[in-house]
Amino acid sequence: MIRIQREDFDVGTETAALAEGDTGVGGLCVFVGTVRGEVPAMTLEHYPGMTERQLEAIEAEARRRWPLSDVRIIHRIGRLEAGERIVLVAAASAHREAAFRATEFLIDWLKTKAPFWKCEHKAGGDVWVDARDSDEQATLKWR
Amino acid sequence: MTVLYFAWVKDKIGKSSETFALPGDVTTVGELAGWLAQQSAAHASAFAEPRLVRAAVNQDHADSDHPVADGDEVAFFPPVTGG
Repeated sequence: MIRIQREDFDVGTETAALAEGDTGVGGLCVFVGTVRGEVPAMTLEHYPGMTERQLEAIEAEARRRWPLSDVRIIHRIGRLEAGERIVLVAAASAHREAAFRATEFLIDWLKTKAPFWKCEHKAGGDVWVDARDSDEQATLKWR
Repeated sequence: MTVLYFAWVKDKIGKSSETFALPGDVTTVGELAGWLAQQSAAHASAFAEPRLVRAAVNQDHADSDHPVADGDEVAFFPPVTGG
């Protein structure tokens, strides 16, 4: 399940809803990304249509690689202040290894394939964030 | 053809989209970027460093040699920075 939204999400609610009632689940893993305090605020822009398409493809690829009971990807857009949550990815499976690995895969692929862009609002003005080589390297390990 | 721009590519060009008839000799993403770069000083500045501009055709990531046709939705943007 994927969701793109302006409003915040509740980590407990989202975690509880993951594979709710599925007694085959033995473990679930959740990653939450937040705005670091070094940035006063940022605005997340995205490409409506392509974003949904890419996130659905990322979920499908994770389900193809691991036996997952449920997947959740939530990404916020619009203006976010320091400390606010940006993204949640989560995976549930019968065993922990698939849940851990799928969760790391989901965020690594999201960072280099989903069309979101961060514009940081700094004292000196607005700055579009540069892509990081380390994110590209993190994606390559899943080839 | 409709072309969409995002993030600093949009800021440099000064608009988020434009629609035009695709010139007959433009057949790939790379040729389209080259043709767009000649349309104005703002376009030239957005496409000045081709390695910094990524593309999508019909909402899928596309390399510079990917074919384009009239009727496609093509987008140009910087490397993505979500998550």
